[in-house]
Amino acid sequence: MDEKPFETPYPGYDVLAKWDGPSWNDATRRVVADRLENVPPRRFLGEAEYRLLRSVIETILPQPERSEAARIPVEAFVDAMLWNNEGSGTRYADAPPPREAWRRGLAAIAAEAERRHGRSFETLTAEERHALLAAIDAGETDPAAWEGLHPRRFFRHVLLKEAVKIYYAHPLAWNEIGFGGPAAPRGYVRLGPDMRDPWEAEEVRPPQALEGAP
Amino acid sequence: MSAVVSDAETRPRAAEGRAPDVFRPGGWVPMRRYSENEPVDFAIVGTGCGGSVLAARLAEAGHSVVAFDAGAFYRPLEDFASDEREQEKLYWLDERISGGADPLEFGSNNSGKAVGGTTVHFQMVALRWRPEWFKARSLLGYGHDWPVDWREMWHYYDLAEDAMKIAGPVRYPWGPPRGRYPYREHELSASALVLARGCEALGTAWAPTPTASLSAPRGLAHPCVYRGFCKIGCATNAKQSMLVTFVPRALAAGAEIRDLAMVGRIETGRDGRVTGVRYHRSGAWRLQKARAVIVAGYSIETPRLLLHSACPAHPDGLANSSGLVGTNLMVHSNHAVWGVMEEEIRWYKGPPSLAVCERWNYDDDKDFDGGYAFMSQGPLPTDFATALVSNEGVFGHRLRRWMGHYNHMAGLKIVGETQARDENRVELSEETDALGLPVPKVTFGYCDNDRRLFTHAQRFMRAVLDAAGGRDLYETADTAHLMGGCRMGVDPASSVVNADGRSWDIDNLFVCDGSLFPTGGGVNPSLTIVANSLRIAERIKALARRGEIG
Repeated sequence: MDEKPFETPYPGYDVLAKWDGPSWNDATRRVVADRLENVPPRRFLGEAEYRLLRSVIETILPQPERSEAARIPVEAFVDAMLWNNEGSGTRYADAPPPREAWRRGLAAIAAEAERRHGRSFETLTAEERHALLAAIDAGETDPAAWEGLHPRRFFRHVLLKEAVKIYYAHPLAWNEIGFGGPAAPRGYVRLGPDMRDPWEAEEVRPPQALEGAP
Repeated sequence: MSAVVSDAETRPRAAEGRAPDVFRPGGWVPMRRYSENEPVDFAIVGTGCGGSVLAARLAEAGHSVVAFDAGAFYRPLEDFASDEREQEKLYWLDERISGGADPLEFGSNNSGKAVGGTTVHFQMVALRWRPEWFKARSLLGYGHDWPVDWREMWHYYDLAEDAMKIAGPVRYPWGPPRGRYPYREHELSASALVLARGCEALGTAWAPTPTASLSAPRGLAHPCVYRGFCKIGCATNAKQSMLVTFVPRALAAGAEIRDLAMVGRIETGRDGRVTGVRYHRSGAWRLQKARAVIVAGYSIETPRLLLHSACPAHPDGLANSSGLVGTNLMVHSNHAVWGVMEEEIRWYKGPPSLAVCERWNYDDDKDFDGGYAFMSQGPLPTDFATALVSNEGVFGHRLRRWMGHYNHMAGLKIVGETQARDENRVELSEETDALGLPVPKVTFGYCDNDRRLFTHAQRFMRAVLDAAGGRDLYETADTAHLMGGCRMGVDPASSVVNADGRSWDIDNLFVCDGSLFPTGGGVNPSLTIVANSLRIAERIKALARRGEIG
């Protein structure tokens, strides 16, 4: 496990600085304003489930550099997705519908924490939480706790996928990876390698070294 | 989610004699209205590459046409945000049960829900088929022959490319010689140049991709501004989707389009012939009478509707005396190789697949049947992140560090042909949706040949990306596109419809969309669906002139 925190190559870049410029149209302004201003309240999950979800999210996408007010509240949008019972177009024949899958999956994570550590997931250290999720991804699980849910499929295709869909749809995430962000009606002029329009993020330092392929 | 932008998803816009003008914010165009009780010549179900093309061509020939779409009628200039999450409104997100050894993912991968169909979010890659593929069984020894000669398709490709003003290269290295593309090729982006560099290092040909995005003005639409959100809806109208090409043509020619109108059943008379469609709109079930019905709902909804329209004369579903409706569903394998480049690529700019290599569609020295093309890639952040986490399981700080390389990433991805097999199919489940319609159940699994194909492709693309200077390479698996489910052919026992898209069982029922494909080919299907629809339009017009339909 590796806890070297993320550092953005693009400090100082802010897609929101383009808000009033030609890269943002009204539709985009309405959508992003809604996302930033109307963080959904918890409505679907129970309090304990929500606390657990938040702890899982902090393990999947840790944001130590951000204050509570500034962090991307991924769990709130997960809860809203479940509350609205939003579909993805696909229900795997051997998997329960989304609401049931999330409830069962979260309960299974809680049960794995109790089984391995005799404590709740939220009270584990960051290292322990990371190791526990890695074990779930590797299928080192107690079948009884998962009630027929496939651990890796839940972890990757339900939990991780939804978490990154929410996280990387947030302007703060666009900033940290140097994504150009909204770009209508103005798009881009310079398309070639190592070419950058003045309204794109400037790479101040190279991205952190990777330890080989993922 | 999308209510913050407009009410397009909740209130029909094409009504009361007008329809949205897709080229003007807040604008309208006049629309002809037809009575539900007077039979129209053609009721068309769906407005994608099949339905909108037929609506335009049949209305231009003077026929009365009403086309239905379950989705909303958008004005891209004001309704499309630069936002991946918001633009999920373009996908068909109704539940489908997905099973089999390799269950498919629907939604963004292959299913649109909007006037204009899946082309509103297609990738715009506009490649012709290899001529031999139309006779795959006879000439290449796999799959099924199409009941169409490639030279006839070649003619309709010319028309389709002109209708969509495809921007393409002067010289295309594969297949028979072709004329100039209507519009000049686009400037190559950094991600396209990675493919070019890798292919050149290996001595393999590559080409700028013929692309359905404007490289010069067309009417009120400006050339592409290289915004890069093509796959989730073009907000500047450079993208030549059906919404901005054949749909306006259909309206101008006198077709009526009904948005937010879900057709649930095709009605039949006592003689077993079709009499109209029952559809749900504005909270009520309604009936439109028609002399003929054309189903163009794509490979899941078309079989679903035919099966659900079973009646005493056709107890196993309409057009299904062969038992083949819903079978031989195909996808494209969509396997990819990704790597980190030294230089900044910033692949979010421009159409995502501006360079292509079709070598393995035309070179038969390989250990599998069929072929694949591979293209340069440019996924937006959540698209890229979901592929990374679902294939590799990366999480924690390591995930954020990986995403920190977003602007240095490059990728190559295939459109790989899969084999048509009876067991890959669409059926009706026991469950019903909010409208009381049976939820479709889809079964899919790869065969050994499919696996040999994408194993070959990943090995080859790895070599290309490595030769281009990519580091830390990794692979992902996915699928794209749908084809088959209502195969056309020459024999009523082994096909659902004939070469005209006409049911062997019911002479006033037609199918016209990607579900007609007997085989899938190794290129993106849209251009071929449009070309085939233009061909079928001429056939239907000829039948109508001879008084052989109604």
